[in-house]
Amino acid sequence: MSRIKKRIDMPSQEPKQRGRNFQEVALGYSPEDAAAEASRCIHCPKEPCVAGCPVEIDIPAFIKLIAEENFAEAAAKIKEKNSLPAICGRVCPQENQCEGVCTLGKRGEPIAIGALERFAADWERLHAPDQKMPEPKKQEGKVAVVGSGPAGLTVAAELARIGYEVTVFEALHVPGGVLSYGIPEFRLPKGIVRHEIEYVESLGVRLLTNVVIGRTITVEQLLDKGYHAVFIGAGAGLPHFLNIPGENLNGVFSANEFLTRVNLMKAYEFPVYDTPVKLGKKVIVVGAGNTAMDAARNALRLGSDVTIVYRRSRQEMPARLAEIHHAEEEGIEFRLLTNPTKIIGEGGWVKAMECIKMELGEPDQSGRRRPVPISGSEFILDCDSVIIAVGQSPNPILTKSLPGLEMTKWGTVVVDQETMQTSIPGIFAGGDITSGGTTVIEAMGDGKKAARGIHAYLQKKALV
Amino acid sequence: MYRIVEKRELAEKITLFVLDAPFVAANARPGQFVILRVDERGERIPLTIASTEGGKITIVVQEVGKTTAHLRSKQVGDALADVVGPLGTPADIRQVGTVVCVSGGVGTAIIYPEAKGFKEAGNKVITLMGARSESLLFFTEELAQVSDRVMYATDDGSFGHHGFVTDLLQQLIDGGTTIDQVVAIGPIPMMRATCELTKKHRIKTVVSLNPVMVDGTGMCGACRVTVGGETKFCCTDGPEFDGHQVDFQELAARNSQYVDKERLSFAMHQDERGCGGRCHG
Repeated sequence: MSRIKKRIDMPSQEPKQRGRNFQEVALGYSPEDAAAEASRCIHCPKEPCVAGCPVEIDIPAFIKLIAEENFAEAAAKIKEKNSLPAICGRVCPQENQCEGVCTLGKRGEPIAIGALERFAADWERLHAPDQKMPEPKKQEGKVAVVGSGPAGLTVAAELARIGYEVTVFEALHVPGGVLSYGIPEFRLPKGIVRHEIEYVESLGVRLLTNVVIGRTITVEQLLDKGYHAVFIGAGAGLPHFLNIPGENLNGVFSANEFLTRVNLMKAYEFPVYDTPVKLGKKVIVVGAGNTAMDAARNALRLGSDVTIVYRRSRQEMPARLAEIHHAEEEGIEFRLLTNPTKIIGEGGWVKAMECIKMELGEPDQSGRRRPVPISGSEFILDCDSVIIAVGQSPNPILTKSLPGLEMTKWGTVVVDQETMQTSIPGIFAGGDITSGGTTVIEAMGDGKKAARGIHAYLQKKALV
Repeated sequence: MYRIVEKRELAEKITLFVLDAPFVAANARPGQFVILRVDERGERIPLTIASTEGGKITIVVQEVGKTTAHLRSKQVGDALADVVGPLGTPADIRQVGTVVCVSGGVGTAIIYPEAKGFKEAGNKVITLMGARSESLLFFTEELAQVSDRVMYATDDGSFGHHGFVTDLLQQLIDGGTTIDQVVAIGPIPMMRATCELTKKHRIKTVVSLNPVMVDGTGMCGACRVTVGGETKFCCTDGPEFDGHQVDFQELAARNSQYVDKERLSFAMHQDERGCGGRCHG
C-alpha cells in the first residue's frame, strides 16, 4: 500500500482572535481541500464507518461524490439518512464514531468525515439551497412530537418522509432545543440551525413553538385531539446543582441559565437584545463536560478570565478532546482534581470559592476512578461568578403529567430499545429523556429508531 | 399570533391587557402564569394570569422597566411575539373556612383569581388591599364582588386606612376574627411583614413569589428560592409557597441582580421614545 497521505486540516480562527468574538471557530474546507481530503478514502470493502454512524449515513458514497466534486449530490446522499447534516458535521463526536473506526486510522489519520459532511451541507446551503425531496405517498396517521431538539426533529423528518402528518411542539419560542439554547454560536451558528429546521419543515412537518406539553396541552389531550402516536423528546433540561453552601448567591448560575441567556436570548448583544447577563472578571466553571466547555468559552468571549474546576483528572474529563483543546488554546485555566466545598459571598454576591484537593481511588460504577478528597487540603479561589455544569436530568413537567409512564430511578423514561416505545402503547420516547444526557447524534439515532417503531405501530394499528 | 384584543389603564402605570391565547386559556387555573416576549429582541418575563375567558387571557402589567414600558406602549390590534403557558403549579384552592387575601400594589391582579376561587370553593373571603396611594388602587369592584368584606390601606392615607395592609390584618386578628388561611401577594417587604405577623399567630400563609425567570419551565434555575432550607424552582415548584418557610432576604437579593442592567436598558428605551425611534434609524 502506498503511504497514506496526511489529513487536510480544516482552517480555524486564531485562538487569540476568536476569544474576542462569537463567530464560528472552525472555518470549513474550500472545495479544493474537500475534494482532496475525500480522495484519501480507500473505499475499503467493510465500510466500518457506516456501522459507526448512529444514523447510518452511506459515508463512502458521499465521500466519493465529494472527491468527484459532485457536491450537491453528496449533500443529497447524506440527507437520505440525516436531515441535519450541517449540524452533525459540526457537533458529532466523530472521533468516537465513524472516524474512530475508519480503516485509514489504523495506519495513519482517519478521513475527516465530519468536516466533509459539514462541507457538503454548507455547499448545498450556499449554492443549491432549493433541492426538493420527492413528495411521499400519504399515510394514515397523525403523530405529535414533543420537543424540537435533535431527537424530535429526526423523528419528525423521518415520519414526514414516509408520509405521515407530523406536528412538533416546542416549549421555547425558538425551535431546536439544545441546538438553540445550549450549543454556542461560535460552535454552531444559529443561522445554520434555522436553515436545517426549515428543511425539516419543508418535508411537511408542522412546528408549533410556545407549547409546553404537560402544561399548555397534556399528552392525553393530544390523543383526544386525534393524534395516533406521540414521541417524547423533551430532553434533559433540569440542571443539577452541587448542594453546597452559597449556591444561591448572586453570581451563581446553572450552565443552562448562563447558556440560555447567551445563546438563545443573545445576551452578548445586550442592550440591543433585552436579556442581560452579568459576569464578573473572574469566572469559575464547575465540571468538564461539553456543556462546561461551552459555558467556559462563552464566558471568555464576554471578557472574563475563566477557570474550570473539575474533581477528577484530565483522563476522565467527559468533554470531546477537540473542545478541551480549543478551550486550552483560548486561555482557559484548568484546575483538576479539585472539588468545590463552599461558595463564599459578600453582600449577597459571590466573592470566592472554597475547594478541596482530590485524589483518584478505585473505579466507580461509571468505570472511572472515584475522586476522594484529601483531608485538610482546602484552599480558596477568588472569583466573582460561578457557573455550575455538572449535568442535568429530564425535566419532570411532562412525565409527572403522565401517570402510568414507567420511569427509572434517575428520572429517565423506560423504553423498548428496539422500538423506543414507552410502557404506554402509542407513546414513544428518545434522546436525553431516555438516556439522561448524551450527544446530539445519539439522540438522532434514537429518533431514527423511534420513527421505525412508530411506523410499525401505525401500520399495525391501521390493519386492525 | 398573540393579539391584544383589549387594553385598559387601571391605575398609574398599571395596564390591563386581554390577549388572544387560546392554548393558554384552555388549561389555565388560578395561580398560574405566562411568560411573554414583546418582540423579537425581547426578554422573557413572567406575568400571572388574572383571568381567562373564551380563548383569551387577561394580564395586568405595571411599568417597572424597559420590557413593561414597551408592553404598555402596545395597542389593541398589536401582537406580542410570544406568550407561553399556563406555567407553574396552580394555587391550592379548597374550602378551609375564612381566607384573608392580602394584596399590595400590582399583586392585586394576582390575588383576584384566587379570591374568586376561594369564594367559589365556599370560603368566607376578606380582602385587604394596599397601595402607595389611591391612584394606584384598582380592581376594587372586582374584588368587592368576590369578597365578603374588603378593607383598604394606603401609605399616604389618600384612601382607607393610613398605613400598611399589615395594620389591617392586625386589626382583624385583634378583633377576634378567626382566620384559617392568609394569601399574601405583593411586593417582597409586604409579603415578608405579613408572614412575620401571621407566624406569630400561627396562621397558615401562602405567598406568590416573583423571582427573575428565563425559561419558566424548570430548565435554568434562575428563579431558585430557598423554602424551608431547601432550594426550589419557583417556576415549577411554585410560584406559591408556604410564606413562613420562604427566605425573603435571599429573594430580595436575587431580584436585585440585574438592577443596573435593567436601568441602562430602560434609559435607552426612554431615549428612543423621546425621538420617536428616528435617531436610531
